[in-house]
Amino acid sequence: MHPVVKLLAQRIALGILLLLAASVLIFGGTQILPGDVAQAILGQQATPVALANLRAQMGLNDPAYIRYFHWLFGAMHGDFGTSLANGSDVATDIAGRLANTLFLAATAAIIAVPTAITLGLISVRYQGRWPDKVISAVTLATVSVPEFLLGYILMFFLAVEYPIAPSVSTIYDSMGFFEKLHAIVLPVMVLVLVVLGHMMRMTRAAILNVMQSAYIETAELKGIRPFLVIFRHAFPNAVSPVVNVVMINLAYLVVGVVVVEVVFVFPGMGQYLVDHVAKRDVPVVQACGLVFAAVYIGLNMLADVISILANPRLRHPK
Amino acid sequence: MSDELNYLAARAARGLLNRRAFLGRAAALGVTATMANTLLASAVRAAGPKAGGTLTMGLGGGESTNSLDPGLDASQVPFMYMSTMGNMLTTVDPMGNLEASLAESWDSSPDAITWTFKIRKGVEFHNGATMTVDDVVKTLQRHSDKNSKSGALGIMQGIADLKADGDNLVVTLKTANADLPYLMADYHLIMQPGGGIDKPDAGIFTGAYKLKTFEPGVRVVMEKNPNYWDSSVGHFDTVEMLVINDATARNAALQSGQVQMVNQVEPKVADLLKRGKNITVAAAAGHGIYVFNMFCDTAPFDNNDLRMALKLAIDREEMVKKILAGYGTVGNDMPVNASYPLFDDTIPQRTYDPEAAAAAYKKSGHSGSILLRTADAAFPGAIDAAALYQQSAKKAGITLEIKREPNDGYWNDVWNKQPFSASYWGGRATQDQMYSTAYLSTADWNDTRFKDPKFDALLMQGRAELDQTKRKAIYSEMGHIMRDTGGLICPMFNNFIAAYRNDKIEGWLDNPNQDMMNGLAAVKCWAA
Repeated sequence: MHPVVKLLAQRIALGILLLLAASVLIFGGTQILPGDVAQAILGQQATPVALANLRAQMGLNDPAYIRYFHWLFGAMHGDFGTSLANGSDVATDIAGRLANTLFLAATAAIIAVPTAITLGLISVRYQGRWPDKVISAVTLATVSVPEFLLGYILMFFLAVEYPIAPSVSTIYDSMGFFEKLHAIVLPVMVLVLVVLGHMMRMTRAAILNVMQSAYIETAELKGIRPFLVIFRHAFPNAVSPVVNVVMINLAYLVVGVVVVEVVFVFPGMGQYLVDHVAKRDVPVVQACGLVFAAVYIGLNMLADVISILANPRLRHPK
Repeated sequence: MSDELNYLAARAARGLLNRRAFLGRAAALGVTATMANTLLASAVRAAGPKAGGTLTMGLGGGESTNSLDPGLDASQVPFMYMSTMGNMLTTVDPMGNLEASLAESWDSSPDAITWTFKIRKGVEFHNGATMTVDDVVKTLQRHSDKNSKSGALGIMQGIADLKADGDNLVVTLKTANADLPYLMADYHLIMQPGGGIDKPDAGIFTGAYKLKTFEPGVRVVMEKNPNYWDSSVGHFDTVEMLVINDATARNAALQSGQVQMVNQVEPKVADLLKRGKNITVAAAAGHGIYVFNMFCDTAPFDNNDLRMALKLAIDREEMVKKILAGYGTVGNDMPVNASYPLFDDTIPQRTYDPEAAAAAYKKSGHSGSILLRTADAAFPGAIDAAALYQQSAKKAGITLEIKREPNDGYWNDVWNKQPFSASYWGGRATQDQMYSTAYLSTADWNDTRFKDPKFDALLMQGRAELDQTKRKAIYSEMGHIMRDTGGLICPMFNNFIAAYRNDKIEGWLDNPNQDMMNGLAAVKCWAA
């Protein structure tokens, strides 16, 4: 077998194993929450008989490992059960919320990733000179400001004082694609500003690392324009760390943006999870946990795969 | 009627003068508050509501767990959309009087045990079915079933029997209650086809708007019900409620004009918001109280002199000014105030008096510090309020030791468990309900351990009394007892603060019973 295929197979198997381990943790974590599910459904006025009936009906009297496999089996078939708080189908609810979250994350990523890498390349080209310093200072500043404050600042200037974008980013199915894009202008700006710095600085550092190599010097001596040296010769060899940090930021865009969702009233996964945690809605919490874990593990796996494929030593073994 | 008064009323009707200012100026012209309010209402009507348009509201207090079952309604957003789409048998007007809704009229037997409600005819549900007395009976039965999860179960427990009698609903009570028609105005008791027994969250009601889109925790869209029984309300074509839980985002949405109304304006930003162009901040003196509870049966609070010293040592005016930023009124150590029906406003107002407090403290013979527990969960600003209290008590020679408790578990571990702690009540529709909930000896939530047989007897007597003058006298006596011997230190009543775009919205009338014109802002207002 080709060593790359073997490596990839190993990575993917590891990812799946990790996801299984995460599912055990999620299930275990929700089991050790105080109070039980039947109590949570029936509330404080529950009679002992009603409690016993419901526990039997829900299979809560079975040992935990049997319930775990029931849950896992259902989850693998896309059945996450029904919400305890309002009785709706969790998978359907999550599908809608996840689509919104992915839409926001994808829009932000499409802008942020190329911008960050371009800015990183420019920084290297003008290393130590004013463009490098300006880019560093600005991106550092936007990373350092808490995201909710960034949100409020943009809201104040771009929605209240000079209204070019809505401050409420609620989107729904009957909206057209461009209507949706217009609605999320401000949260996308915030997210781009928040993730830009990390990715840009990592790009800059990784490329500077290879800029000392002999082949860069060769390229320069060949008379290639400085920017092309960086883009063609240095960047491909620095892809691996850049991809890793890009993936971490993409994962953050999917699972870590609850604050931005609240500030801009965006109906995404974060807000949905928080609402249901407050109501001890165990099936929803488990499902969200699993989805978030899958996103994190999936994106990191993708980063590994790209790193492997980008490494010529692995692609062309002796 | 003087021209000036009519002019003022017209201005107030157009929102150029707020209601409170209008009432003040009317009083200066020698007009009673009741008269002035009637005048204001007719001026609002004369200006004429306009049909059509879309109302978008930005509301705090909604979650993705919200349901369309009126019985499970427990936060602000469900309260708002339920009030917009549904009707109870009765409703409470801004003056605290009962208004007919799905019941046209009501009457009771002389002992206030058997009540007859004449049910409105020709009312149509949103699905086209005509509402029958049977639907009413089943709805009330669903909420009073002992296994019901309804938030109204507590107030329905006094009902012995419900039955239909021709066009009438007949309610038989276990014990006399002159306030039953008020209980029927409870916001959970919204009429549903078949009582909502088969499908409690079907979203089919009788109100001025009907459901179009329901995305819990995100938005609710409703459209005008063309067959609504009361053609004088329900002016918008579409009402959209956006859930905006973040206060700053809500205010920004109002300022940028994305929404025309918001609720839950924080007192500290209300004055800032008011400065915005075309924004009116509407503060309604509500029934909610921010309090400090003492256990009357636990030392050292079992000594009435000490309780009195602590009551005199709190600076109420300062609390209203600093904790509520002026958006509230001073309390008088009773859980009720002038916005409750049958309230006796001649009961003298207690004021901050360090000398009298020091004297009472000395008389009590207590020495050493007194431990007061507080947390922000008790009410917004409770920690600051405790610190202010500590300072004002110090001037009377009383040492308060403040213990800050964690928010998590405050209602399980501190409130109603510890002898001296900060707390709040949202208020009830009537004095009877408020006193029965927390000040009757046997009440589950007797969070001041106040046990006074005479007070209990008066409460029962007042509940059964149909003569309003006599009832008012009974409540006055109870108020005196509560104020002078109770364990409740009630420094302030908080306001419901909402805000709206006065260039887009007309017809706003404050209602002290609940947030947003008692939930009827979308039903009663119209597009400017």
